[in-house]
Amino acid sequence: MWGIIVNRFKQGFRTLSYPEEVPAFPKRFRGRPVSGKEAVDMGKLLFQEDIQGVTYTRDHRMAVSRREDLIVHGDEIRLAAALDDKMRRTFGRSLKLRQVCAGGCNGCEGEIQAMGNVVFDLSRFGIQFVASPRHADGLMITGPVTKNMELALKKTWEAIPHPKIVIAVGACAISGGPFQGGREVRNGVDNLIPVVLYIPGCPPHPLTIIDGLLRLLDKLGKNTKSEIRNPKQ
Amino acid sequence: MGPQEFYARNGQSWESSRVPILDEESFRQKILEECSRGARLVNLFACPAGGGACPEDRGDVRVFAMLGKDQEGKISVLSMRILPDKSSFQSLTPELPQAHMFEREIAEQFAVTPVGHPWLKPVRYHQNYRNVADLWAEVASGPVPAEGSSPLGDLWPRGGVYPFYRMEGEEVHEVAVGPVHAGIIEPGHFRFQCHGEEILNLEIQLGYQHRGIEKMMEEVPAERAVLLAESIAGDAVIAHATAYCNIVESLSDCEISPRAQAIRAIALELERLSNHVGDLGALSTDIGFSPAAAYFGRLRGEFLNLLMELSGNRYGRSLCRPGGVLFDLDQKMAEDFRQRLLIARKDFKEISDLFFSASSVLSRLEGTGVVSTRTAKELGLVGPAARASGMGLDVRTDYAFGMYRFHYIPVSTTLSGDAHARALIRWLESQRSLEFLLDILTRIPEGDLCGKASTLKPNHMALAMVEGWRGEIVHVAMTDARAGIARYKIKDPSFHNWSGLAMAARGGQISDFPLCNKSFNLSYAGHDL
Repeated sequence: MWGIIVNRFKQGFRTLSYPEEVPAFPKRFRGRPVSGKEAVDMGKLLFQEDIQGVTYTRDHRMAVSRREDLIVHGDEIRLAAALDDKMRRTFGRSLKLRQVCAGGCNGCEGEIQAMGNVVFDLSRFGIQFVASPRHADGLMITGPVTKNMELALKKTWEAIPHPKIVIAVGACAISGGPFQGGREVRNGVDNLIPVVLYIPGCPPHPLTIIDGLLRLLDKLGKNTKSEIRNPKQ
Repeated sequence: MGPQEFYARNGQSWESSRVPILDEESFRQKILEECSRGARLVNLFACPAGGGACPEDRGDVRVFAMLGKDQEGKISVLSMRILPDKSSFQSLTPELPQAHMFEREIAEQFAVTPVGHPWLKPVRYHQNYRNVADLWAEVASGPVPAEGSSPLGDLWPRGGVYPFYRMEGEEVHEVAVGPVHAGIIEPGHFRFQCHGEEILNLEIQLGYQHRGIEKMMEEVPAERAVLLAESIAGDAVIAHATAYCNIVESLSDCEISPRAQAIRAIALELERLSNHVGDLGALSTDIGFSPAAAYFGRLRGEFLNLLMELSGNRYGRSLCRPGGVLFDLDQKMAEDFRQRLLIARKDFKEISDLFFSASSVLSRLEGTGVVSTRTAKELGLVGPAARASGMGLDVRTDYAFGMYRFHYIPVSTTLSGDAHARALIRWLESQRSLEFLLDILTRIPEGDLCGKASTLKPNHMALAMVEGWRGEIVHVAMTDARAGIARYKIKDPSFHNWSGLAMAARGGQISDFPLCNKSFNLSYAGHDL
């Protein structure tokens, strides 16, 4: 027992002071893309280094409310808007999500798990993952939706009581990602289930996901409203 | 009469015609004989004949076997033809359980029947690659249900009904779990046959994650293929990307610089560390030992962040590309990495001491989910799961590739084969990886970062093996006469090791299952491809 106590002191307090302070991302971090002449669809983008016509900023904020907002022209983005008042009254202080992996490679799943660790500590915002869809307020979906998971995904969605929301995390869930057009996948959740929050990335950084969730619940204070920013800050 | 023996080495490519073609009986005998003398069935896969990869073949399907002679570091490659009027072959599985999943995979992909296979079922529910009648027509075309007989009756689509291994008897009951599980994990179906709390049998049925990667690898352009390779298993990005790059480099005679080799190895060990420490954290969570769970979870992030520093992505995406790597690791960064790894090593040691000395941890792990050395050998387990059961396999030493040809990493093994052994192996291996990193970061060799891989050689075959954190990853590619990829075979270590988990659960309690599962932590996506 003494060992545990000594260790506890040595480990100290590790939780980020986010959202008050945003930690610095490393120089090579590939965050929000800036397009060249041609617009870039963040929903399809795999954020690879070797791609023409796209440069990356170190900005982790990328979540949007509408599919068309994922199409980036130049250096502008319309970030996610908050839910309407009624939904926010219901979910604002406690949002329980059920995660369904529908063909995800365990990259997005890994980052969603990481949101629960002591560094990001998602539950301090009142957001938690639950085991049963019956206990959930919404779905967080990853993966391109394989044909073999389509039925299970729909059934999970149907099992969640109203009102409910869907969040698509990662390029696969939004567009099929690298598997787009493949015979065994459905190219993401669009056209299957209505989505309220799109979080692009491959996989998105945990803070990208948390940023999207906090925008949805209007918990980021002053800069939460859907805004068009010029991020040369 | 063609050649009778052909040996390949890791990272080598050769003319496809050099692989001996045996008749069915000698093929079978040769495999059984070699395996009885200690060889391991590293790969068993088929490819369509008469065009593409095997243009000169009459017949329907060509089956390739790769037998690993771990002590000698070489792989015996042999093949046989399945003739058009036959569409079947004699199953090896009754004599050689290692072949079990391979034969099911061949049956599903090419609609040929392994006659005498004791448990012939689909692996991933898809249509075959030959455009002929499927062995399981209703499964390949319909949606996949979780169970055969559903209380929903007709509401449940009828396609894909398949039997599970069942036990009958008073007080025998069945527990079905999945495909959607309670946690944030990938989907799969587990069917337990229980007597009271005791698990008499566990059958694991996957396939929900099937995305058709192998087939897509043949169809997409090279710049997209590497992105697919990175998505085979998103927690083993570097390992699979390295294997893919090795294939392309070997097929195009492209020699990559020692510097690029070193950076790939550094990333591979960081990937191993992040996953091993993550697994120890997950085990702590399932035991209910929260302090270690929190600390290990945080430490996992430290290793991922190093990968992000190096490659701009926490999982190392975009680092490995055919010809080398896209990012450099200069001296300043190397020194910074070393300092951070020294701190991480100190933390890792303190937390591991805490974990492995807590009596609640030991009592939960010791004797839980035992896989004996004999079972591990019979099932052909690989990676940490095999090493925990006393098998000294490690691609980094047995079939050394890249930087590991110059740096020897000692293989850690334990004998007990229980969940404790699988946890301990992770800690032991992590220490070896840390030593390797701390050493190589002081002397990264010089060289170019990324050369250019030229066109592939036509009618060739290439083999790449990488020791990922879960074990032996094997990629095999075959090119056609126009130098396009005609067949791409991927084998993730999970393909072997899921059967190990099923055996580990046997005789235990259902409440032990989460612990067994975490101690293996296998990939669903890597298995389902």
